[in-house]
Amino acid sequence: MKHNKFWLLLLAGLFFLTGCKQQGAAITAVGSSALQPLVEAAGERYSKDHAGEFVNVQGGGSGTGLSQIQSGAVDIGNSDLYAEEKSGIDAKKLVDHRVAVVGVTPIVNKDIPIKNLTMVQLRGIFSGRYTNWRQLGGPDVPIVIVNRASGSGTRVTFERWVMAKTPTKSAQEQDSTGMVRQIVSSTPGAISYVAFPYVDKTVKTISVDGVAPTDANVQTNKWVIWSYEHMYTKGPAKGLAKRFVDYVLSDTVQQEIVKKLGYIAVNEMKVERDLAGHVRERAGQS
Amino acid sequence: MAEDKIRESLLKESKASKREKHGKILSYSAIILIVVVVVSIFLFVATRGIATFTVNKGSIIDFFTKSQWNPGATDKGGHPLIGALPMIVGSFAVTVLSAIVATPFAIAAAIYMVEISPRRGYKILQPVIELLVGIPSVVYGFVGLSVVVPFIRNHFGGTGFGILAGTLVLFVMILPTATSMSVDALRAVPRYYREASLALGATRWQTIYKVVLRAAVPGIMTAVIFGMSRAFGEALAVQMVIGNATLLPQNLVSPASTLTSILTMGMGNSVMGSVSNNALWSLALLLLLMSLLFNILVHRISKKGALH
Repeated sequence: MKHNKFWLLLLAGLFFLTGCKQQGAAITAVGSSALQPLVEAAGERYSKDHAGEFVNVQGGGSGTGLSQIQSGAVDIGNSDLYAEEKSGIDAKKLVDHRVAVVGVTPIVNKDIPIKNLTMVQLRGIFSGRYTNWRQLGGPDVPIVIVNRASGSGTRVTFERWVMAKTPTKSAQEQDSTGMVRQIVSSTPGAISYVAFPYVDKTVKTISVDGVAPTDANVQTNKWVIWSYEHMYTKGPAKGLAKRFVDYVLSDTVQQEIVKKLGYIAVNEMKVERDLAGHVRERAGQS
Repeated sequence: MAEDKIRESLLKESKASKREKHGKILSYSAIILIVVVVVSIFLFVATRGIATFTVNKGSIIDFFTKSQWNPGATDKGGHPLIGALPMIVGSFAVTVLSAIVATPFAIAAAIYMVEISPRRGYKILQPVIELLVGIPSVVYGFVGLSVVVPFIRNHFGGTGFGILAGTLVLFVMILPTATSMSVDALRAVPRYYREASLALGATRWQTIYKVVLRAAVPGIMTAVIFGMSRAFGEALAVQMVIGNATLLPQNLVSPASTLTSILTMGMGNSVMGSVSNNALWSLALLLLLMSLLFNILVHRISKKGALH
């Protein structure tokens, strides 16, 4: 009989543990690893300001974020892409909240002295037309292309605005930006592309058509390689999800957290760009 | 009255038999749970993996023979581009090469630990091997990325990423598995084999080479295959050093890819149910079938070569 009691207790304990949840309301946001630091920081800040409300943030990639929100498994799906750009997603059921803007810039190994490339040259590098930096006025070093995994937000953004439907050459692929930066910094002749927040002293950015990759140039769309960061909800946002999305769009988050992490605040954009790529001036901007 | 009591105690279930019943139920349900989990994982992977060929109209011949991997896009005939040959070649290349490099070391270490100096082997080599097992694969990958890759770049050319880097990292990773299983194989050789050999006047080396090793061949083969199956399934460390280019490897230092590296890279970026996702499940199915094959091989060998 003693043993029976033991098992019962164990079972009860298990039920208790699994049933034990955070007190108060909680939502889960899943997806894009590029957007993750922002949502995490905003979530922490939100919980601090609003006792009893929690935001669980997980990574997994834009694809995961979109498919999880589509199936209703989570409350917010984070994505670097428009839902329409991802195959297998029915974008009509999802509501888009554009919470930040992020620029993507080509980076090269520091040994390459080239400071500026034309868009055509950049396209030529990634399509495999140029194979040596000498062809572009640089030193005699073979070009080593490092790509992000196909389908990753950064790569889709880069290919859309740089490659313009030209197929990219099959090359090395890495599944995280940190890894890309590490490889570019240590491999002679390497070129890749990363989001602005990841640029540091170990790599060199390249201007394209004479335009430097800066926030100010993104805001005016002079620098065209940028994308919105999206938080998707299934149907219009409700309850805590809505309060949290509004919070992320508030000045507190946009002015402090967004900027600190290297993203660009949506309300500081001088232009607006829709899914098809049409650019127009933002209403209310002079 | 007394008779009734005896009768009752005989007819009633005793404490011990009750306990036995509980134990039985418990262990049976555990077994059933395990079997259900394994079967459902297999079915899940299989249905998803086969969908690439049935639902998305991918060609199974393309899968094994073509080298263009871009499941999101389709060729002129409308079939998705699912040429998995580069990954298949890459996986087998790193697996076989690392096994070839690791086997002599594993056997040498095992001979030292069992035949030559059991005490020192036990004191020094055993802890070293156990330590190697305990190192997480991300650490191996990181060391590979920051030490092995630059070393290869400086001495063999290329970018350093490729099959050679993968082989070197996997060699260290499968060495402990292969060594400790080879040790078991040598220990399983009965003492009287050695005694008989020595009694016939054979030297120590002759005994080791002609008797002990020969008798332990099936066990050592098992050890090597276990090492290979670990190498085949390893994802993270290989992914960090192999370059992940879906290209047929030109040489040992050109970027290549394995089934696992492409699988882990693509999972987060594709949507459940889409072609890209199904194609990844096909890779997973292939991996599963391969590890099944490795297991069958191990069973075959150990059955055939059992000492009588």
